[in-house]
Formats: sequence, C-alpha cells, structure tokens
Amino acid sequence: MFKNLMSWIEYRLPFMEKMNLHVMQYPAPKNFNFWYFFGSLAMLVLVNQILTGIWLTMNYEPSADGAFASVEYIMRDVDYGWLLRYMHSTGASAFFVVVYLHMLRGMMYGSYQKPRELLWIFGMLIFLVLMAEAFMGYLLPWGQMSFWGAQVIISIFGVIPGIGDDLTLWIRGDYVISGATLNRFFALHVIALPLVLVVLVFLHIMALHEVGSNNPDGIDVKRENDGSVEQTEADKKFTFHQYFTKGGKKIIVDAIPFHPYYTVKDLVGVAGFLLIFAWVIFFLPEGGGYFLEPPNFEAANPLKTPAHIAPVWYFTPFYAILRAVPDQLFGAIFMFLAILALALLPWIDRGSVRSVRYRSALHTANLINFCVSFVALGVLGVLPATGLYTLLAQIFSFTYFGFFILLWFYSKNEKTKPLPVRLT
Amino acid sequence: MMKNLFSVIALVASSWVMAAGPAVHLDKAPIDLKDKASLQNGARIFQNYCLGCHQMQYQRYVRTFRDLDIPEDVGMENLMFTGEKVGDHIKNNMATKDAEKWFGAAPPDLTNVARVRGPDWLYTYMRSFYADPSRPFGVNNEVFPMVGMPHVLQELQGTPRKTYETRLVDGESKQVYVGIKADGTGELSAEEYDRTVADLVNYLEYVGEPTKLESRELGVKVMVFLLIFFVLAYLLKKEYWKDVH
Repeated sequence: MFKNLMSWIEYRLPFMEKMNLHVMQYPAPKNFNFWYFFGSLAMLVLVNQILTGIWLTMNYEPSADGAFASVEYIMRDVDYGWLLRYMHSTGASAFFVVVYLHMLRGMMYGSYQKPRELLWIFGMLIFLVLMAEAFMGYLLPWGQMSFWGAQVIISIFGVIPGIGDDLTLWIRGDYVISGATLNRFFALHVIALPLVLVVLVFLHIMALHEVGSNNPDGIDVKRENDGSVEQTEADKKFTFHQYFTKGGKKIIVDAIPFHPYYTVKDLVGVAGFLLIFAWVIFFLPEGGGYFLEPPNFEAANPLKTPAHIAPVWYFTPFYAILRAVPDQLFGAIFMFLAILALALLPWIDRGSVRSVRYRSALHTANLINFCVSFVALGVLGVLPATGLYTLLAQIFSFTYFGFFILLWFYSKNEKTKPLPVRLT
Repeated sequence: MMKNLFSVIALVASSWVMAAGPAVHLDKAPIDLKDKASLQNGARIFQNYCLGCHQMQYQRYVRTFRDLDIPEDVGMENLMFTGEKVGDHIKNNMATKDAEKWFGAAPPDLTNVARVRGPDWLYTYMRSFYADPSRPFGVNNEVFPMVGMPHVLQELQGTPRKTYETRLVDGESKQVYVGIKADGTGELSAEEYDRTVADLVNYLEYVGEPTKLESRELGVKVMVFLLIFFVLAYLLKKEYWKDVH
C-alpha cells in the first residue's frame, strides 16, 4: 500500500530520484577537511535566521514610534523573546563569520577556478544580498546606531555624480531616515531579500552539484574513463548516480556518497558550531559590543549624533577602504572594486593548479597577505579615522588590492608542484 | 584553532576599546544580580530619588516585583506612589517640554542605561558629583562634566567637595587633588553611600536585562546538552567512516 503510494508519487514527482542524485548518490571527495564545514553551517544559520525572524515579526512593530518599544517588548514581555532576539542578532554575525571562512576556503583551494566560475559568482551574489539583508535588518531595532549607521551607509550612495542625491532620496523614501525608510527596509528584510537569498542558495547548490565539489587537493574525482586511472576496490564499494558517470564515459575515484558520510560529518561541525554559537547567545549576547553595539540600546534620536559611529564589524573591512581614500567618490569606487575584485577572481587567477598545497610559495605568502589585510582593515574600520589609523588603512587597502594585482601577474607562469594522481 | 583566533581578536579589540574610552578612571561596580536585598534597596532608591525625572518606560512594576521577590501588596505599598496598576510601566508624569526647560535636556530613560553606559560608568558617575557654585544646581560631575542633572542623592551623601592635600613634591609643598569627599552633612557614611549607589546600579543592571540570570541558567543546560550531542555526533561519524578509512 505504502509502496504503491510512493511509486505513484515517484512517477509524477521523482523525489527519491532527485534525493539519490543530490544526496545519497552524490560523489563527494573523501578528503574534505575542517574548512568544508562552513557551507553547511551557512545553511544552518540561514534556517536559524528565517525561523527566528518569523517569530520576531509576530511581535515587532515596523514604525518609527513603535519599533524600539516593540523590541523591548520582545525582550521583556514575550516568552523566550530574548532568546529569539539573541539567536537572530548573534545569527547575523555568525552568518558573516561562516561566510567569510567559506569564501577563504574557496580561495585557498582554488574552488573558483574553471569550471566553477558560475558557482563562485552565485556565491558572490549571495554575499552581496546578505550584506543588504544585514544592513536593512540592523535598522529595524531603531536604536541610535541603527539610525546613524544607516545614515552613514546610505550617504555613500550620495557621492555618485549627478544622480547621488536623488538616489539617496529614493532609497530613504524621505529627506532623512524616517518611518518611511524603516517600513521599506522591513519589507525588504523580511520578504524580498530572504526570497532572493533562498533562490540564490538553491542555484549555488545546483551549480555546485553540476560541476562537482572541489577538495583540498584541487584535483577532480570525476575522471575520463580512458584507462589513465583505475578504480580501486574502495572506489567500487560505493554506488553513485549514473548522471555523474555520463553513461560510462567518466569514472569516479576517491569519492564517497554525500549521505551518510558527510551528513554525519557535518553533524559534528554543526555540534561544534552550536557550542560556540550558544555560548555567545547565553553568556555574551552583545558580543563585547560588536554584535549589539551599546548605543543601540538607546532609541534613535535624529537630533543627537553619537560620539563615534561605526558600522557593524562585518562591514568594517570595506568601510575602512572607503575612508582610506581622501576623495569620497573614489573611496566609494574603491570599496565597490574591493568586492568586484573578489567576484572576478576566476579570471584574475590565470593559473590552472587550484589548491594552495601545490602552488608556489609566493601564492601562499600572497594569500596570507590577503588575510592579514582583510582582518587589519576590519579592525581599522571600527576605529576612528584619525592620523595613524588612516595611514594604516591606506597601507592595508594597498596590500588588499595588491593581492589581486600580484595574483594576475604571477599566476600565468607560476612554478607549481606536481599534482598527485589520487586524492591524498 | 577558532577559539584561539576569537580570543586573540577579543583581546586586541578590548585594548582598543579601553584606548578609545573615557579619560576618567572608572571604579568597578561591586554588584551581584543574585543579591535580592541589594536589588530591592536599589529599586527603593530608584523609586524615591530617580523616578521623579527618569522613567523606566519599558519595565513593568510587576516584573520588578516578581524578579526581586517583592510581594505585590508590599511593592504597591512601598514602591508605587501615584495609583498605577502593577502591570503598568515605570513612568512619571514629567512633560518632555518642561524637562528640557528645567535641565537643558530631557532626562534620559533609564531602562537600558546600564547597557548603554555600563555599570562601572554608572557607579563612578553617581559618586563623582562635587560642589561647583558656577553650575545651575551647584554641582558638577567628574565623569560627565557640565551635566544638567542635580545631585539628587546629596541628602544621603552630604555635600561632596573636591579635596586637596598639602604634599611635598620635589622639595616644594604643593596642593595635590586627592579626590571627592563629602562634608559629613549626609545621612550616610562614605561606605554606606558607596553601598547604596552599588545597590542602585545593581538594580539598573538588572532592569537593563531582566532575563540575564535566566539566560545564564538555561545556557549551562544548553551547553551540557550540546557537549553530549557533540560527543555522540563524533562517535557516530567515526562509526560510519570506518568504511572509508
């Protein structure tokens, strides 16, 4: 009876077939390490944000008069409202932590290189939408930093020649940040951008499963079936979907089915992540003033500018680049370029060896340079832009872009190490 | 590895925060959210001395009573003065317009003040008023210079004055500033006054996040659960991966 029902459904909607293709018989390289946890963790945080977000909207009031009070109502009068709010606010920061580490993983192992360019582009689009989502979400509590942080970031658009002023007016829906701005940001934050985000994540995974997962060695697990490599006994143990062997034209080596091997492994990552996540939520919900900034516990007051306005930590690397350039317009251009350069990595990197393991010492040093520059800019973006700090921000902006410029030059004729035949 | 990274970032970040912070040294507030007697005294001080000008417009009386183990009838008798209901928010009837005229700026709401300023700032601030005849209310403040607020606890502390001592510096006798001392006209001794301020700050810290203790308690349970979950997940992974290795 049940079996009949299943096959009735399967005939009309091949659910098990798709599950086999993408989960049970999906060939994942067997050598994923620590760095491969962050993709699944990003999905976990996305689900956390959507679920806690839905429950927060049940008591949140998107109006200039009511927003701040409704957040306090959630914190004080709603059962476990404080937990929902902390899960959501900590989740925002956690989202950027895992996404930044996920991106770094892609850079270390060359996961953006051919044929994964489109996969990388979808990832960058997710990053862009995520930034917009986080920015609009931060206005909603209607605290001092919500208000003034949004003021600063929206004013960046004002430097565009010709249309700048009209553009900021269009974004705000008013001459100053007001209830109109709050309402539209609420609509975009809870409906429009999450929908786009979910669609992009779907496309990201579909694109991933088409070209296959990269791995720390940067070599393929799907090979031409021309006798150049032989399947071992271990390889023959597992069944993979015939889609991946292209009717016998390809053979699969050193791969394991995603489920159950990586589902159980990711479960360990989830547990480890949740330990840190829960620790912050329950014992350090303000994240030392970086996840929830102290001035944001004061209601927005258009007449009182806080002594020091800093965007939330995840924007500060780009904010530091913006401030490092003396000219506002060029500052905004360089900030935009800092993100664009990442998106163009598949074409800036002209090498064919993917993993840092088999690339030159220069590449390793350059990657370290990138990490140091990015973190240093992040730190400088929190600090006031005064003398020494501005100079440092200029130096690290230079080394940040230097990473891409150097990469473009040396990657063409890079001295790489020989690649192994099989995964190590 | 991640933990190390976090602790390094936290360490570096905290040193910057200090560098960017106020020049005035802040005393550590000796507060304890579990000390109900201290919290009750803090609530008493707030209702009697602060509420005239400052509201706690997001906190309800009943919440304070429940969390501080104050029976409702006792609370209504001793802490509520103008016929509100226990479910009401802790508000006063001062009009913002009047307040601005009287003090230069409307007195801020104090529900979240401990989260905005931090308990150490509040503890030091309330003990840093000193007599200054040039100011409208006759007092100034070391932590918040030119503040528009009068020293409302003066009847408890007495008149605080900046005190100087004659000391020998490099062979010359000089007047050296040694701090603020009350002139002994207050109802409380210096130690009692500090204790009273600490109680008030303790109460403000509680009101800033009434769920803090509950959160810590639940947090321990969640962490224990997650640790067990982590071990089980790890063992499960090891069992499955026997096929691979």
